Amino acid sequence: MTIKILIFASLSEDIGVSTQSIPASAASTAKQAWEKITDKPLPSHCLVAINQQYAQASDTVAAGDEVAFFPPVTGG
Amino acid sequence: MHRVHIHEKPFQAWTLLEQKEQQFIQAGLLEQAANGAAATFVGTMRDFNEGNAVKAMQLEHYPGMTENQLEQIIDDACTQHNINQAYIAHRVGRIEPSENIVLVAVWSAHRKAAFDACRSIMEDLKHRAPFWKKEITAEGERWVTKNTQG
Repeated sequence: MTIKILIFASLSEDIGVSTQSIPASAASTAKQAWEKITDKPLPSHCLVAINQQYAQASDTVAAGDEVAFFPPVTGG
Repeated sequence: MHRVHIHEKPFQAWTLLEQKEQQFIQAGLLEQAANGAAATFVGTMRDFNEGNAVKAMQLEHYPGMTENQLEQIIDDACTQHNINQAYIAHRVGRIEPSENIVLVAVWSAHRKAAFDACRSIMEDLKHRAPFWKKEITAEGERWVTKNTQG
């Protein structure tokens, strides 16, 4: 089983990744999932979502979860 | 019946609003005679921002989460304000100046709830809905990093 990671907007351009899957055993928090896909530190202003709901980087992730990282939103 | 619609192509706000109102009525989700007020907000693309001419804009979103957040924002507005129904339409993709970006519509018995809910939906959308704007200027492309003052 895997964890699906999505990166959006400027953050995706910064690290050169938009979507990637990692083994579920590789990370137990959203922050650890981030660290599996890039050596760059997670920016402090970055927002996190787990299964399409806002979450904290320290929140737990598990097999089958979708974890997203993105910059502050600017719609409307 | 969806109360939220993401458009990949330009939309006509007033045509869409009329269609949606009829759909809500036909589906029994809006009782016409119970409404004493309808408030709408339409946001369109300017051809300038922060001192530069802007030729176009690319609007990215998070498919799935964006729709869920917008539905939650409407649910919150229904809880906080005495409204009968609400609708949000939002563009994504490449947008040219003067094209509509967002439409928010609220129906209620009285004007205060309609105005207040329309405003609160729009502000919540600005802060919670996962959309990101990239401006295309003569000098190049740049991500918009913060919302303008309301």
